[in-house]
Amino acid sequence: MRVTQGCFSFLPDLTDEQITAQVQYCLDKGWAVNIEFTDDPHPRNTYWEMWGLPMFDLRDAAGIMKELNDCRRTYGDRYIRLSGFDATHGWESLRISFIVNRPKDEPGFRLQRQEVDGRSMRYTTVSYAVDRPEGSRYE
Amino acid sequence: MNEQSMTVRGKDRYKSGVMEYKKMGYWEPDYVPKDTDVIALFRVTPQDGVDPIEACAAVAGESSTATWTVVWTDRLTAAEKYRAKCYRVDPVPNSPGSYFAYIAYDLDLFEPGSIANLTASIIGNVFGFKPLKALRLEDMRLPVAYVKTFQGPATGIVVERERLDKFGRPLLGATVKPKLGLSGRNYGRVVYEALKGGLDFCKDDENINSQPFMHWRDRFLYCMEAVNRAQAGTGEIKGTYLNVTAATMEDMYERAEFAAELGSVIIMIDLVIGYTAIQSMAKWARKNNMILHLHRAGHSTYTRQRLHGVSFRVIAKWMRLAGVDHIHAGTVVGKLEGDPATTRGYYDICRQDFNKTTLEHGVFFDQHWASLNQMMPVASGGIHAGQMHQLLDHLGEDVVLQFGGGTIGHPKGIQAGATANRVALEAMILARNEGRDYVHEGPEILAKAAQTCTPLREALEIWKDITFNYESTDSPDFVPTATPAM
Repeated sequence: MRVTQGCFSFLPDLTDEQITAQVQYCLDKGWAVNIEFTDDPHPRNTYWEMWGLPMFDLRDAAGIMKELNDCRRTYGDRYIRLSGFDATHGWESLRISFIVNRPKDEPGFRLQRQEVDGRSMRYTTVSYAVDRPEGSRYE
Repeated sequence: MNEQSMTVRGKDRYKSGVMEYKKMGYWEPDYVPKDTDVIALFRVTPQDGVDPIEACAAVAGESSTATWTVVWTDRLTAAEKYRAKCYRVDPVPNSPGSYFAYIAYDLDLFEPGSIANLTASIIGNVFGFKPLKALRLEDMRLPVAYVKTFQGPATGIVVERERLDKFGRPLLGATVKPKLGLSGRNYGRVVYEALKGGLDFCKDDENINSQPFMHWRDRFLYCMEAVNRAQAGTGEIKGTYLNVTAATMEDMYERAEFAAELGSVIIMIDLVIGYTAIQSMAKWARKNNMILHLHRAGHSTYTRQRLHGVSFRVIAKWMRLAGVDHIHAGTVVGKLEGDPATTRGYYDICRQDFNKTTLEHGVFFDQHWASLNQMMPVASGGIHAGQMHQLLDHLGEDVVLQFGGGTIGHPKGIQAGATANRVALEAMILARNEGRDYVHEGPEILAKAAQTCTPLREALEIWKDITFNYESTDSPDFVPTATPAM
């Protein structure tokens, strides 16, 4: 399967040139670019690991691409996403977020159904990847 | 036409009998509205022969303290404070016989945090007043002091996006069709296919409640099966607006609670349930971490005609106060009423923290929202993937684009329809962010994306010439005038 989180998951994987253009868009808007990675892409896994702090002061797309490539070298077997953070009053959250790296094989999710109270149901989504310990999930 | 006050003062003001409204203190052209006043702008069309100033003063009177004759009991009150004051009357441009009346109301006239109370005054008896041919409430200025007495949207755009983990693009939805007749099991199939194919939301239609062909519990159970299956199949948060509209508050609470138990992220209500019920559901939604979608069922009975009723921009303001998270606000390019400028005004009211007076968008007042949450506008009705560049241009990023027919009517099925819409959207956002002139290059951008997406190619082919070009019945009275460069 293909995890379709983020802004561009339905398009063919972005090239570095395309990613650079999106980074430039974020910088032009004054947003801080952030790199995060995870090996548990559960839709409610909000807190992916941060590749350093959000780059509030790095205003150069090439510099950010270098950080991304460093992250890929270490965590290339995992999901990596880029996001743009807007600290403007009234927003103070992400303005954009998209996946820039995926494991070669995406095992997806198991849907557990717990039948309760007659026909009612409790649903739980579990990443198949988390059946293995953190760090060795996509080996 | 804003001549001086005609107010009779002293004991003559309270002589028994009938006195013109403009002499009773409801026409005060020198009055300067206070920052704390509620201001209403009415379009007044007096009966033939009725003096426009008198007609506008009557609107102020009948929507505040007046009755048809002088009453001595006014003297037991601080009557001058409680009288609404019409302070300005302008002829409506290009519309002989109609006048814009600006009327200020003291804040003490209104119960805090109650749309029902506000509207009972402002659109109460006065709309049936015989000396008027027609009356329309065009806009309102709500003072910050009053705004702060309302909860506002239960969730708001930012938290909705955070909860759904979806940033940087409009959300995509579809209303399940046919709107009536599907069984719960078949209904859930449509929801599953659309969500799996790439939409974020599905939606019950306004008149799906609990009918013989599908009772509400059945619908909720099958829909949540569909939502959870699609969520597990894509790794994305998905939702479907479960319509909890019902005959009584007790029924609505019961349905909303069941939706929450099943793990739905969103429920919906119809405008026809009434202002008080809407405010109750907004409070419930905030308490239960639920996004609250409002379908504006019924609004066109009073918003559409220019001369009589209530403008939708006022309804949008009331709904932001009342506390819904989503509101249908027009598509510009789709099958339902709405010219671009007026629709722009509605969208600004939903999403900005400060609305600047913009007459060419029909926004008559500066309005501070005092950090009240933003409302997500929803564009629904006759839109399709081929219009993606126009939709993005007119409606922006913080909007739900609902492609009902444009998803379910796809020749290769619902998943294909959903995928076509999602690919079209992502391609357009990508191009816009790259700095391309996406509005003009839109068709080209879509064609390029269709090269690697067969469903999009098919969608573009089948709906390529579908547009709805009809004259709007409600458009702004003011056109922008060019200001010479300094």
